[in-house]
Amino acid sequence: MLCQECNERPATLHFTKIDNGEKTMMHLCQHCAQEKGEAFMLNSAFSINNLLAGLLNFHNHVQQAEKAPVIKKEPLQCEACSMTYQQFIQIGRFGCANCYEAFKEQINPILRRLHSGNGAHNGKIPSRIGGGIHLRKNIETLKQSIQELITREEFEKAAEIRDQIRSLEKQLDLRDEGGN
Amino acid sequence: MSLEKFLNQAVSSWMSAEGPDSDIVLSSRVRLARNVRDYKFPIIFSSEEGQKIIESVYRSVEGQHFSTIGSLELLVMDELQPLQKRVLVEKHLISPNLANNSILGACILSENEEVSIMINEEDHIRIQCLYPGLQIAEALKVANEIDDHIEQHVDYAFDENIGYLTSCPTNVGTGLRASVMMHLPGLVLTHQMGRIVPAINQLGLVVRGIYGEGSEALGNIFQISNQITLGKSETDIVEDLESVVAQLIAEERSAREALAKTSNIELEDKVFRSYGVLSNCRIIESKEAANCLSDLRLGIDMGYIKNISKNILNELMILTQPGFLQQYAGGPLRPDERDARRASLIRERLNLEQ
Ligand SMILES: [Zn+2]
Ligand SMILES: [Zn+2]
Repeated sequence: MLCQECNERPATLHFTKIDNGEKTMMHLCQHCAQEKGEAFMLNSAFSINNLLAGLLNFHNHVQQAEKAPVIKKEPLQCEACSMTYQQFIQIGRFGCANCYEAFKEQINPILRRLHSGNGAHNGKIPSRIGGGIHLRKNIETLKQSIQELITREEFEKAAEIRDQIRSLEKQLDLRDEGGN
Repeated sequence: MSLEKFLNQAVSSWMSAEGPDSDIVLSSRVRLARNVRDYKFPIIFSSEEGQKIIESVYRSVEGQHFSTIGSLELLVMDELQPLQKRVLVEKHLISPNLANNSILGACILSENEEVSIMINEEDHIRIQCLYPGLQIAEALKVANEIDDHIEQHVDYAFDENIGYLTSCPTNVGTGLRASVMMHLPGLVLTHQMGRIVPAINQLGLVVRGIYGEGSEALGNIFQISNQITLGKSETDIVEDLESVVAQLIAEERSAREALAKTSNIELEDKVFRSYGVLSNCRIIESKEAANCLSDLRLGIDMGYIKNISKNILNELMILTQPGFLQQYAGGPLRPDERDARRASLIRERLNLEQ
């Protein structure tokens, strides 16, 4: 979506503007939003929900436009809670955790847009159900450091780390067999 | 009921206690969104599922004693009077959505009202910690403690790649929303908010008024919160917010200094006029009350007015909301009756200071 003020840059800010009780959606780029700054101030109340609504509608239009000539397919639906992708677009809420998996392809670009380009979790991991995840993350970081050590030709250290990785992988196997 | 007794019951510690930088930061809040694995989210779950969620979350914390917050009590929304729910909303302890729209909504509230765990709001679990002054990191610490505890007993919906799974995609990842409530009269009076709001938005943070609708920020009270929940760690989110807040505090302080230098007498006049209105009014609407209270608080902070406690702004912004006024009156009030009640409550409260 292009900025409705300059029609040049992509619109990154989506406001609902209320004038005399009449609501209008505004889609502006960062630059124009700043120029209008004083006028907008809070009355634009740039809200996360408006941003989400703007994004979902936008993606929906693009997808419809792309799909237009194709033969009608089964509607995309989450098998765990039977919410359809269309319903999700309308209400902006998922029906269950499995919806993330069911609508993965559609959702991931939207998540990136909503979270400033970030697509991967980088925060807390629940300790009880997340034990295996901790191990896997550790293994991943160790594997990266092995690569670095090898390029620096520190082979002895690299061998040590390789042994560490093996023992962690053993722990992980035991965990997975342990029925969790 | 006497006003003093009413105040003792009505005022939570986050409203009355003083925290770091509390001349500008009124309160800090942290909220963690969590869901239970294999249960549909509250917008479409069955009442059986909703009931089970309440039971298992309450069982996980029942009888527990957490470091600083005291014991916990379960409040089921369907068992509360509309007025009781409204008061909880006005105290920021539950969301309007939980009070009015939830099915099988409940809240587990700590004795000191610093912690409330909302159940079956938009997500199954929302742990909220509310502290006076600038204490986001402290609030996060307590929220994490409670989260760890619940997780020992409840299987969370969690994905290795995208973190805690929430009903709305704007919360996925950490499920963390951190926010501070700031009193920024200096920046408003010097017309700087129009410049500042877009700059803060650019940093991935959201600014909005808490009181008032749409464009207004009644009482010059603003809420700053993080928008991004995915890809950053909890600590990074909190630190990024803290650094913007620190900058805003510095700018507000220098705006106040500039005002004192360039328009000392005008400012003093504004403060005392508002003080006059508050101490003498017989009818006052919430908007006028909010603006006068903001002036009064600024006057206290800047030393024009002495012998009035600082928390008067925090306290009266909440106590003069419709729900509280009606609770104090002991029954429903028409809007015109509220305005008269509001005026008398403010006058009585100011009298307690003398
Ligand atoms: Zn533009
Ligand atoms: Zn689903």
